[in-house]
Amino acid sequence: MANLSINIHKLELKNPVMTASGTFGNGTEFDDFFDVSQLGAILLKGTTLHNREGNEYPRMAETPSGMLNAVGLQNKGIDYFIRHIYPKVSEYKTNVIINVNGSTVEEYIELTEKVNQLDKIPAIELNISCPNVKEGGMAFGTNVKMAEKVTREVRKVYEKTLVVKLSPNVTDIAEIARAVEAQGADSVSLVNTFLGMAIDANTMKPVLSTITGGLSGPAIKPIALRMVWQVARAVKVPVIGIGGIMNATDAIEFILAGASAVQIGTANFINPNISVDIINGINDYMEKHKLKSINDLIGGLQM
Amino acid sequence: MNKTVSDLTIIKNTRLNHDNYLLELQSYIKLEGIIPGQFVNILVSDSQATFLRRPFSIFEVNYHQNSISVLVKVVGPGTEKLSSLKPSDTLNVIFPLGNGFSMPMAKEKILLVGGGVGIAPMMQMAKDSRELGAEVHILLGARTKMDHILIEEFSRFGTVYLTSDDGSVGVKGFVTNHPVLLQNNGFNQIYCCGPEPMMKAVAKKAKELNVRCEVSLENAMACGFGVCLCCVTKTTGGNKCVCTDGPVFNINDLSWPI
Repeated sequence: MANLSINIHKLELKNPVMTASGTFGNGTEFDDFFDVSQLGAILLKGTTLHNREGNEYPRMAETPSGMLNAVGLQNKGIDYFIRHIYPKVSEYKTNVIINVNGSTVEEYIELTEKVNQLDKIPAIELNISCPNVKEGGMAFGTNVKMAEKVTREVRKVYEKTLVVKLSPNVTDIAEIARAVEAQGADSVSLVNTFLGMAIDANTMKPVLSTITGGLSGPAIKPIALRMVWQVARAVKVPVIGIGGIMNATDAIEFILAGASAVQIGTANFINPNISVDIINGINDYMEKHKLKSINDLIGGLQM
Repeated sequence: MNKTVSDLTIIKNTRLNHDNYLLELQSYIKLEGIIPGQFVNILVSDSQATFLRRPFSIFEVNYHQNSISVLVKVVGPGTEKLSSLKPSDTLNVIFPLGNGFSMPMAKEKILLVGGGVGIAPMMQMAKDSRELGAEVHILLGARTKMDHILIEEFSRFGTVYLTSDDGSVGVKGFVTNHPVLLQNNGFNQIYCCGPEPMMKAVAKKAKELNVRCEVSLENAMACGFGVCLCCVTKTTGGNKCVCTDGPVFNINDLSWPI
């Protein structure tokens, strides 16, 4: 077995494979399929201060090599999480990370302060890139000033590892990455979904209740890969690569582009065991290429 | 049994009429305790047009052969591909998923209502209910005589009633036009699966007759096991996933305006 362990700031990962928020529930939904403690980390479903019902059905459209979603951060809120879900996920022998969302800076701060109290949560992923909410969400991630402000304020109240999840719906993602790094982000994860749309020509109506939604899946992989490469060259903090990873080869491509770790998203819907298959595939690749440590692979793109 | 992802082998593909096929899939993992109304999620192929899995009700379980069958109506590229498969081909399937129907007690009189491809979960339901000693009545609706399938098979487990939109077989009109649903025939429970307008009409009827009623919903989903949160339906307890909280719901728990 090659050494797959990697650190993201203070976070010690046994391997670089995480599951992307919103595609892995609370992890418990996967207990029937495999032992989720094998993963480097699990990112829990996006959490807000209060209960959110999310958007109206329909929330999903299948698209060529991908899908659009418009869930809209449906979750029961942080207090429910602490009471009912936290005790269960604390049992996992891996890093459990909360994806933190707010519609105002104050909400982000209040939520982060609550999460800061939870011993078994070693990191947060600050979501400034959800495309499916009316207030906040992507508005924070597509404006340099707002991205700076929310990162700075959250940094003040949070000592553990702070990952900021970036939106690809910007002209220059490296600029946003540099901005949040300067305000104290310990890592950036990218990309969240691309704003997209589906129309049913038969009914002449939009497929999604919200008209637009977030595109994910292999359809976005080449763009996500390019963005990860650009950001990895622009910042010093570790980069977590996300976007259409369906197999170990895809994951390795992101690591070669400069990602220190990857998140598996939409692929979980199609094959619930995929993240473990990817860990094994990365190990096989490293053995084949006689690489001893994952560090030898990060940013190893040869030009 | 626990949810599992596994390659199942096709042992039979029967063409039932112009657009319906019955696929029988054999498992090497022992099947046990599958409840009528549960479903499977099938990976069609990795072609770009069928990126996500396709959910199907479990039509019948054969514990002796360790096989599950699913009813496939050809509606798009995914079902088209499935209909063309041959014995010994394999399919990657996640199963069993969702919650099934609440089973009737012995001597209860029940009505199963299936519309179009919504008849799919009713075969195993009819079979198991009959075994439990319930008196089973089955009301099937379709557009025309040509669209009605598996009537003989259903009649092994109960009394079958038919409707067709054009009157070419059975009572003309929708299932709710059939006399068996028009008056209180002493049913203890009604179970329904079909197009949403049909289920709403049946639910309304059940409410008028004061008969307990469960419906099986078919919302579009990406995962089938409760993590994508795409297939939600409004309930008295907020948005619930059709895949894990359903697909079977008691009509009193749904926020339907009936």
